Amino acid sequence: MTSKKMTPANKKYQALVKKREPKRTVFLNCVRAFTAGGTICLIGQGITDIYIWHFGFTEKTAGNPTAATLIFLSVLLTSLGIYDHIAQWAGAGTAVPVTGFANSMASAALEHRSEGYVLGVGGNMFKLAGSVIVFGVFSAFVIAFIRTLITMLGAS
Amino acid sequence: MKQGYQTWVFANRPSIIAAGTVVGPREAKGPLAKDFDYYYEDLLCGETSFEKAERKLLEEACKIAVEKTNLKKADIQFFLSGDLLNQIISSSFVGKALGTPYLGLFGACSTSMEGLALAALIIDTKNGDNILCSTASHYAAVEKQFRYPTEYGIQKPQTAQWTVTGAGAVILSQQGDGPKVTAATIGRVIDMGLKDPLNLGAAMAPAAGDTISAHFRDLGISHHEYDLIATGDLGKIGRELSLELLKENNVEIPDEKYIDCGLLIYHPEQPMLFSGASGCGCCAVVTYGHILNRIKKGELKKVLVIATGALLSPLSFQQQESIPCIAHAVTIEA
Repeated sequence: MTSKKMTPANKKYQALVKKREPKRTVFLNCVRAFTAGGTICLIGQGITDIYIWHFGFTEKTAGNPTAATLIFLSVLLTSLGIYDHIAQWAGAGTAVPVTGFANSMASAALEHRSEGYVLGVGGNMFKLAGSVIVFGVFSAFVIAFIRTLITMLGAS
Repeated sequence: MKQGYQTWVFANRPSIIAAGTVVGPREAKGPLAKDFDYYYEDLLCGETSFEKAERKLLEEACKIAVEKTNLKKADIQFFLSGDLLNQIISSSFVGKALGTPYLGLFGACSTSMEGLALAALIIDTKNGDNILCSTASHYAAVEKQFRYPTEYGIQKPQTAQWTVTGAGAVILSQQGDGPKVTAATIGRVIDMGLKDPLNLGAAMAPAAGDTISAHFRDLGISHHEYDLIATGDLGKIGRELSLELLKENNVEIPDEKYIDCGLLIYHPEQPMLFSGASGCGCCAVVTYGHILNRIKKGELKKVLVIATGALLSPLSFQQQESIPCIAHAVTIEA
């Protein structure tokens, strides 16, 4: 935390800025995120069904190839420069599903290709996705720990 | 000669004898396209990286400016330049290519007028005959450094601004035809404690207001002196805020006389424009292309250009520091 005190002039100006800033359209963004996210999930369901009906996968085993297909599509759209335009409209709708994760890695890899494979692509690929993995794994650990504790207490 | 607290008046009236402006594909689709000397159809400008593309833009702009005069390389004594990339690397590489004695500048998006003011001071005090002064920005190179990868899917708020891909260069000279630089007001660093790097217009507006007020106060003039008062890249939100601040300071500027370069360069219907344009190149190409052309055509007699810059670093805003801002004003006359 900075220890600098805000002057009254600063506070007054910040209040003015808040008033003049266009409000974020939260409700519209939610509707768009729901629509876009839902569409991606619907496509995912379609892909799963194709794997089950035509390639002999079961409901349990079709998950992996479906995710791989979605990741491939997301990376393709990112490389063609389309994904970021969809995301501007869709917001969280394209960020939350697995496609968003793939986009964050592919975009960073593309961006840093000019610095070479080791320092550029390798070093920066997880620039954005890294924190998702770190906190994803950590929160999974915490939840698993709590669950274990509760089970042990329940057993005794 | 200094007048008031922070204003220079150039009695010898240095002339802008030539200007070169080069832009990218998006700017070439904008309403000012005919005012620019050259444009690239491809964001990479035929190079292998966006950083090299920015360098190419800057180099081309300088080359075009020099070619418009009868000057030889040796006639230009100093090269003043700056950009937004780390360690102002584009400018330094162009300095290397030119071989001219070089002063690197960093004033973020205020660099264009910072350079022009310093160049005018050098000419006015007869410490140089011809000075080349330039700046550039590149959308993708700047996004990469300050924000996210270009293709990363993140929703930008309506307060965001679009960085101009473009470079502007001028040659300032003791004599010769062309618009004159007659005064400059050097801005103070103003920081109102704003921290949102996606709303730089609002952060920079107080700096613009401060410099304009100081300019009028130091010279004892009002807006009546000018046909046009143009800010660099405040965008829609910053422009409105600066007008309100000026009104609070009892500085009256009519709405139609007060324009922002960041609102001129693109059509309002161009996609992902948000609050307007920004970047070093924004003020440079609009001033050196569009505004100088209007002065030459006789549509404008006296213009005040205020280039505004947000002096943040990618690290400072991640460490939750506020955004220090600056604005430099330069008077250009027919």
